[in-house]
Amino acid sequence: MSEDNTPPTLKIKPLPMRERMKIIRTIMPERDPQVRSRNFEEVNLGLAPADALTEASRCIECAKPGCVIECPVGVKIKEVVSLIRVGDYLGAATKMREDNALPAITGRVCPQENQCEGGCVLGKKGSPVAIGNLERFIADYERTSGNLGLPAIAPATGKSIAIVGSGPAGLSAAGDLVQKGHRVRVFEALHELGGVLVYGIPEFRLPKSIVKTEVDNLRRMGVEFETNVVVGKSVTVDELMNEEGYDAIFVATGAGLPQFLGVPGEHFNGVYSANEFLTRVNLMRAYNPDEYDEPIYDCRDRDVIVVGGGNTAMDAVRTARRLGARSATLVYRRSKTEMPARLEEVHHAEAEGIEFRMLTNPVEFIGDEKGWLTGARCVRMELGEPDADGRRRPVPITGSEFILPASVAIIGVGTTANPLIQSTTPDLKTNRRNYIVADPETTRTSKRGVFAGGDIVTGGATVILAMGAGRKAARAIHEYLVSDGTWE
Amino acid sequence: MYKILEARTVALNIKQFVIEAPRIARKQQPGQFIILRLHEKGERIPLTIKSSNPDAGTITIVVQSVGKTTSMLNCLEAGDSILDIVGPLGHPSEIQNYGTAIILAGSVGTAMALPTAHALKQAGNHVIFIEGARSKQMVVFEEEVRQASHETYLMTDDGTYGEQGLVTNKLNGLLDAGRHVDFVLAVGPVPMMRAVARVTSPLAIKTMVSLNSIMVDGTGMCGGCRVLLGKQSKFACVDGPEFDASQVDFEVLMQRNAMYRDKECQSSKQFDQHKDEEMTELRAELAAKLGAERNIRTELDAKEKHYV
Repeated sequence: MSEDNTPPTLKIKPLPMRERMKIIRTIMPERDPQVRSRNFEEVNLGLAPADALTEASRCIECAKPGCVIECPVGVKIKEVVSLIRVGDYLGAATKMREDNALPAITGRVCPQENQCEGGCVLGKKGSPVAIGNLERFIADYERTSGNLGLPAIAPATGKSIAIVGSGPAGLSAAGDLVQKGHRVRVFEALHELGGVLVYGIPEFRLPKSIVKTEVDNLRRMGVEFETNVVVGKSVTVDELMNEEGYDAIFVATGAGLPQFLGVPGEHFNGVYSANEFLTRVNLMRAYNPDEYDEPIYDCRDRDVIVVGGGNTAMDAVRTARRLGARSATLVYRRSKTEMPARLEEVHHAEAEGIEFRMLTNPVEFIGDEKGWLTGARCVRMELGEPDADGRRRPVPITGSEFILPASVAIIGVGTTANPLIQSTTPDLKTNRRNYIVADPETTRTSKRGVFAGGDIVTGGATVILAMGAGRKAARAIHEYLVSDGTWE
Repeated sequence: MYKILEARTVALNIKQFVIEAPRIARKQQPGQFIILRLHEKGERIPLTIKSSNPDAGTITIVVQSVGKTTSMLNCLEAGDSILDIVGPLGHPSEIQNYGTAIILAGSVGTAMALPTAHALKQAGNHVIFIEGARSKQMVVFEEEVRQASHETYLMTDDGTYGEQGLVTNKLNGLLDAGRHVDFVLAVGPVPMMRAVARVTSPLAIKTMVSLNSIMVDGTGMCGGCRVLLGKQSKFACVDGPEFDASQVDFEVLMQRNAMYRDKECQSSKQFDQHKDEEMTELRAELAAKLGAERNIRTELDAKEKHYV
């Protein structure tokens, strides 16, 4: 047995409270901004074991841990952190997996500042415990140690479940359901598994190899995968149930159609949705044109603007920078404080030389006679009264129009529901915006045996919320399958 | 992996493939399309489905070599495999008994128009099929076109076969002769579809065109295939591919389809220069994939036996 596998005999005496609070938050080592803004390698390098240990020692072990309360899936963070503190990294990872099937992923992409770390009491006076970094550390430690303990699989129940979509919701549901002894088959519309984790989130934030490892683990646990199946087109939900004999279906198809601004000129060549831009670069690897066939408009030495303030817009603008853009500018109609993007991404983007044009909104795209984009006519905004969601509404300032030159403009302002399943499943209830109506606790839809969760129910949200929905669905599906099958 | 069962050259640079794709075969309806990818580093391209055989679990596609991917595909033969095929995508053609229906198809577009023509004929329409091609060696599926229609006209640009002229010359001729037309479908190069729309729109004849915009996923997720209909933006993959011709902004479609022309030309040239190596590499990759798939299947079989 190697040293890494030593059971937690390592007794580290807990530091007194006052000492713990004196330790300053460890800094996540990252690639040099000058270098990383020219390649697609992961920005964060991960904590060293000693740093993780020190960081975990900062936890003051609250009686009512705010971190756990604020975690959308209720990870037992306090227990996880104490296991790290005593050096039992593998034990910490196992504890983590009880509530979070994909810690290597969420450790990298969760907006921790609004969740666990936002609830950490240390944050009130200083910096919260770096829970996200610790999560990532134990997941990576576990993966590279080669000691990934696959959970035990219950005896076969004879029931089978079809999961539609291999994104975070689908993958986490698959993992839980296969453990219960059910047969699980995941259908994916694209040729690669992982959904938004592979087509949306860039390599520099979430390396594909990590997603692949998680998928491979599920495969080893017995989950079946079928790519190139667009449920609603290649096969309908009813056909899956009536002809292919699935006892339950979990619809986790994710967000959907990209929204455009609806301003003139959005058809000029060079105007992309963030979904298309990121899909071409991530899924289709257009960043490597020498080897891959997928084309993308050459951003080198050109001005690129990205419209939006969320993580997708942030991913797109940093991707454009890496593709060699002369200037990569984020255009957002509100101010920086209202941006929904993860705080860390904003900091990283700033270090990489991304320009932020806040309180600015494009009103028209302009192009040359051949249809190529040359710029965006923008208007400056100011913040008015708060709107329904409490954020101050941006109001255009009259006479403030100006032209922002750009060869590429990427629109990342959200998505609308993909209609493919709803339109082919008549008895599936949808809401006004065409998202699937599902019970928030049981994920049950209006159709017997059909459950739904993730962005196709909530609209665009986060990876962790989708995963949480996947886990809820797995519990509810299991209960349904072992019950008398009532459906109200 | 999707096995090619038959491969046959049907005209200059145009090949027909019969491919094992049981899910698509079961669901395909006239007017729908597939998206395929040939290898791990390949692009995804949309292609039309000519027909399918649900019992045999096969689909038939027709491919014209125009760029790297289509040229590479057209080097494949029976026994080879295609890495990824997804479909059937898009809305099927709207089949009704309109009365008299004219189908205009340019060369490889004939393959996509054929199933719709058949369905229109079956629905009771009087079907007039006008097939156009640059010259005789590019005329395809003449026999099938005749079977799918009541009247058939073949037009070649150079007059080497059928009548000389464009499909719109024939359309104008029929209209000038006072033929009553209730419905028109045009499938082919964008300038051809635009020319048809220019003839039929002023006459208020219901006209559909099947748009071939650039796509990535084909499920509505990327919006790259958006086309302008009047002032409205629509996604060809999920809202189309057929649209009301009188609404389509063909200039925008042409402009958007030219977006990657430089890269396309470059890749195409490179492929032509290194065809043999590229094909050897492709076949090696596919063979390795096939081997891996077989291993997984054996593993799964073993597992199942274990459970029993």
